[in-house]
Amino acid sequence: MTAPTKVETTEKHVEETGPSNPLVAAFGNWWARVRGGDAGSLPALLGIVALVIVFAALRPNTFTNAFNFANLIHQAAAVIVIAMGLVFVLLLGEIDLSAGYTAGTAAAVMGVVVTRWGWSWPVGLLACLVTGAVVGLVIGLLVAKLGIPSFVVTLAAFLALQGVLLQLIGEGGTIAIRDDTLRAINNNDMPVWLGWALFALVVGGYAAIVLRRGAKRRSSGLTYEAIQVTLAKIAALAVLLGLMTYWLSIERSRNPAITSIKGVPIVVAVLLVLLVGLTFVLTKTSFGRHVYATGGNAEAARRAGINVGLVKLACFVIASTLAAVGGIMLASRDNSISPSTGGASTLLYAVGAAVIGGTSLFGGKGRIVDAILGGLVIAIIINGMGLLNQPSSVVYMVTGLVLLVAASVDAISRRRARSTGRV
Amino acid sequence: MTVPEGAAGAATATEDAAPLLSLRGINKSFGAVHVLQDVDFDAYAGQVTALVGDNGAGKSTLIKGIAGSQPFDSGEYVFDGRQVSVTNPKHANELGIEVVYQDLALCDNLDIVDNLFLGREVTKNGILDEATMERRAQETLAGLSVRTVKSIRQVVASLSGGQRQTVAIARAVIWNSKLVVLDEPTAALGVAQTEQVLRLVRQLADNGLAVVLISHNLNDVFQVADRISVLYLGRLAAQMKTKDVKSNQVVEVITTGRSDAIGGITNGNGELK
Repeated sequence: MTAPTKVETTEKHVEETGPSNPLVAAFGNWWARVRGGDAGSLPALLGIVALVIVFAALRPNTFTNAFNFANLIHQAAAVIVIAMGLVFVLLLGEIDLSAGYTAGTAAAVMGVVVTRWGWSWPVGLLACLVTGAVVGLVIGLLVAKLGIPSFVVTLAAFLALQGVLLQLIGEGGTIAIRDDTLRAINNNDMPVWLGWALFALVVGGYAAIVLRRGAKRRSSGLTYEAIQVTLAKIAALAVLLGLMTYWLSIERSRNPAITSIKGVPIVVAVLLVLLVGLTFVLTKTSFGRHVYATGGNAEAARRAGINVGLVKLACFVIASTLAAVGGIMLASRDNSISPSTGGASTLLYAVGAAVIGGTSLFGGKGRIVDAILGGLVIAIIINGMGLLNQPSSVVYMVTGLVLLVAASVDAISRRRARSTGRV
Repeated sequence: MTVPEGAAGAATATEDAAPLLSLRGINKSFGAVHVLQDVDFDAYAGQVTALVGDNGAGKSTLIKGIAGSQPFDSGEYVFDGRQVSVTNPKHANELGIEVVYQDLALCDNLDIVDNLFLGREVTKNGILDEATMERRAQETLAGLSVRTVKSIRQVVASLSGGQRQTVAIARAVIWNSKLVVLDEPTAALGVAQTEQVLRLVRQLADNGLAVVLISHNLNDVFQVADRISVLYLGRLAAQMKTKDVKSNQVVEVITTGRSDAIGGITNGNGELK
């Protein structure tokens, strides 16, 4: 098989070979789903491709070079992680407006513990995560047990946490992060060999899982995906990630003689672990199933014996804890925490990322990978517009427009889904 | 009851084995309102027992009591020959009692298998065991002679009203339940789909389950029910076999509560109480 960069193109390519080809059949099914209103990741993927083409054409030297590609990942990391947390809350049909300042506050706690009190970085990380979890617990209790709409609770938390953040930072204006480990999280790279090892682990792991699942379903007499389709998906993933790893493994320092910058950013490994772990929770555990059920029909979930209140509480705790992880990345990237850490448009970018990726604001539909794809779309816009020397005003307007387009795609696909009976 | 169980109608002893569910002297009040007054009710394995009555007669209160979501104030609750006290829905489920409510309580965004196992997912080492769930779902639907569903992995939102009802009923029987209560299963359906659901209701009874069917539609009742119980203003007005009565007689009992036309309250075997 020739190496494809995307599954769809491969399948399109072999369409002429006859309708009995399983790849063609799979493509037909997929296309029928898209037409039926279940577009999945398609809009976000198309968005990424289109944006990359536009910026690569306008800024061929600066946009596509490896240095900028790594930079893009560092910029996107915090928004992606916060968006991953928001997916849990959005799946319930709720919202968390405070996630941005939860990130800022949790990062400030970490700064106080590590920089001011001089404790070690693991204690700082732990304090940061606990802060996030406590914020989520309070929000979750107010929403799930007291029944206050999440919009109001998290709006209050948004304002209050902004105050807490200012209080923690105090007169100085910033808390510097001087710990090398904390700085490394969202600034440094893995050795080149480790990047390739990670690549091998991801592709090999994915292949093992899907091939084993296929074999199991086949032996159980259930419907299963044609082996050609599975192999095509594995090949597509291998090529895509292989190109990325290669691109990140070449020397991107302007002065290689002084400092060498190459390798996959450490933060990519963190994102991958979160992607795999959280996707596992949502799709392979009873808890994940209950999250979707609660978002789809809370009353039905309750009658099925699901503790809906507990599910909601857990989702808010998860969301705020992930926001705290996002806060670590923001602080690491900036080497400091300021009153604007997690403020400004951080939250809106995160919500936008989840929605652009395909998570519905109406609950019951969404995946963790949505946060990554949507986060990349937003990061590419911000990064590319910056390279075009556009002022913030234009960047904001374009970002708003893209979010509007994404929300329209969501609404249109929902309408299509209703008329064709899908959700 | 004046006639001891099993003694009545000895000729039809097999058909009239002891009821699976037997309620005696059931009372339930909401504040000052006495909703159920000394109600007796029986449901037999392998038979469809229709529960009819006008709005406000106490049908919903009776089934909520059976399901344990609103326990009775007093009365005898005998299930499968044992006196039990059902005080919450979980307890009823453990006994093998399932209720399919009118709004079906399905999650539109989940597929058929997910809905069938919702809240009671099969897991292996903490991981959802999709293969087992899918196989059992297939078996259950096949056992109900359901062939109208294209794929059991399609989301419930894409199903027709009759198919949704089928999924809700399948969910009630997948746990080897013994008694299934169906609340107005045909209320929102068209002619063909009503037919399909009624056939399924009959199939449940033929598979050996006790079925309690609540319905406003006497055509449906006469088509599938073996017995009819009529509630009138919180009292049991009549309990009879379908083959012994005519539709207009049942209507009279429902509207007036007087059962003179069919010879007073019977014990369900055509004999006077």
